[in-house]
Amino acid sequence: MADRNGMVEKRGGGLWLTHLGLIIGVAFIFFPIWLAFVASTVEQQAIVRPPMPLLPGDRLWENYSKALSAGVNAPVATMLVNSLIMALGIALGKIAISLLSAFAIVYFRFPGRKIFFWLIFLTLMLPVEVRIVPTFEVIANFGMLNSYSGLILPLVASATATFLFRQFFMTVPDELAEAARVDGARPMRFFVDILLPMSRTNIAALFVILFIYGWNQYLWPLLITTDPEMNTIVMGIKQMFPSGDDIADWPVIMATSILAMIPPVIVVIGMQKLFIRGLVESEK
Amino acid sequence: MATVALQSLRKSFGKTDVIHGIDIDIADGEFIVIVGPSGCGKSTLLRMVAGLETVSSGEVQIGGRRVNDVEPMDRDIAMVFQNYALYPHMSVFDNMAYGLKIAKVPKPEIAERVETAAKLLQLEPYLQRKPRELSGGQRQRVAMGRAIVRKPAVFLFDEPLSNLDAKLRVQMRLEIKALQRELGVTALYVTHDQVEAMTLADRMIVMNGGVADQIGAPLDVYANPATEFVAGFIGSPPTNFLDAALVGEQGGRIGIRPEHIRLDAAGRLTATVGYAEALGAETLVHLRTEDGTQITVRQDATLPIPGEGESRGLVWESASAMRFDAEGRRVAAG
Repeated sequence: MADRNGMVEKRGGGLWLTHLGLIIGVAFIFFPIWLAFVASTVEQQAIVRPPMPLLPGDRLWENYSKALSAGVNAPVATMLVNSLIMALGIALGKIAISLLSAFAIVYFRFPGRKIFFWLIFLTLMLPVEVRIVPTFEVIANFGMLNSYSGLILPLVASATATFLFRQFFMTVPDELAEAARVDGARPMRFFVDILLPMSRTNIAALFVILFIYGWNQYLWPLLITTDPEMNTIVMGIKQMFPSGDDIADWPVIMATSILAMIPPVIVVIGMQKLFIRGLVESEK
Repeated sequence: MATVALQSLRKSFGKTDVIHGIDIDIADGEFIVIVGPSGCGKSTLLRMVAGLETVSSGEVQIGGRRVNDVEPMDRDIAMVFQNYALYPHMSVFDNMAYGLKIAKVPKPEIAERVETAAKLLQLEPYLQRKPRELSGGQRQRVAMGRAIVRKPAVFLFDEPLSNLDAKLRVQMRLEIKALQRELGVTALYVTHDQVEAMTLADRMIVMNGGVADQIGAPLDVYANPATEFVAGFIGSPPTNFLDAALVGEQGGRIGIRPEHIRLDAAGRLTATVGYAEALGAETLVHLRTEDGTQITVRQDATLPIPGEGESRGLVWESASAMRFDAEGRRVAAG
């Protein structure tokens, strides 16, 4: 702390310049969001007629309740729930599976251990988009179109998270596993009692990243959900855009956009402390 | 409380043999120190007794029962690790209680046993703390507490003091010995520190390259080393070795402890004084013979310290010279 203060003092006027730069940066990023918010609080006519308003109007309640309860194709509330289930499913599923596979790879010597690790690692090179056609085929054959399992399962396997946990587990001293063994802990007991609590901050950091990853999925839900009731919010926004001669209900679309932003923001703010600790600190 | 027996115990990793057959019967309540340089297989030997390494051939018996294929938890042992291996997210209490919880010991009994151990180790004020809030010595105590609460038949220590500073090491050494006496538990203790070995052991196993060079009581080992290696490893400063030919004897080498050589105007051998280290109670004089052999003499601080570059005769009793053959084995005197 003392050091940091010293640094600030030395820089004097530079400090204001830095802040100015940061403020401009923030304003630059924030302005479109502000516009979206303003657009979600005014009437349709106010948006279509230039110039665009820069201050919020008085239609906030009407627009948002219309979006939540009716939407354009499906009520936004339904889409929010769908997105939430999908994002949570993906995040928790990925974490559970990668924890277990990392545990297996690091702590058990089984035939083909190296091969399995490299196979998992290889999938890093195959993002969803590359394997989307075969994946779609598989999911369709399993009859999982328009279902939560179809939305979640293909995205659950995660090389990144497995790799991350593998690296973390390898920094855990071997003696800890041996001590647990002498204490009489079977492997799964050791996993639950020792490894899991020690990975807490890593799990939190990963949860934030994966939740947002899941929440922002666009292409996959677009492919496998044909029923508007199963639409997720991110693809739902796009579906709201008018096709042909329909008139876009911009205030409702903007209200939907704002609503779509809220859950990730809550997750990030709520888990900020753990998240940052997980990124910087390696607790031993 | 139990006896431990190792019978022609061998271990190999792939094609490399690390333990070449160890035999020892350890009595109930005995304190055995396994000592040797790094890489001599002493930790592997301990881990085989613990059940953390498999046995390649031979037998490990604890309390008369063959335990080669028994899980560590069922061997009735407790182990203290070099880096303590405390569970970082658990309080001191939980660290000590973990093994008992797994063994499904009733809660009141767990609390009682942990508290007794904590009292014994002066850990009572720290029971609710996390390991990272403790000093090195306290962590060491917690690791021992974790071993004590299980009331094992055998204590296994894997270089438990090597992460402590010198002063604390001496203090913990005494505590470990006192604790082991008080509990009357059989103990196996691995160290590379020969002072720890000398002070703690009822008997010690001096390991060299996977072989037990000598097994015996510390003073016996010191006075009668079985091999050149043991003579050089046990004792500080180490034994002086010189070619037998140098003093007109046949073959092999001769070892003389620094305290058994006296400096005089003339002697069996002449050497040039290098430098001298005055340690207060005693002085270590380093000399070099004509053929370049380094000799260290330990003499009383009251004796005059010879000046650098001076020539001195080395004098010793024939009985104190240890003779070793070309393979480094001890040869009977005369």
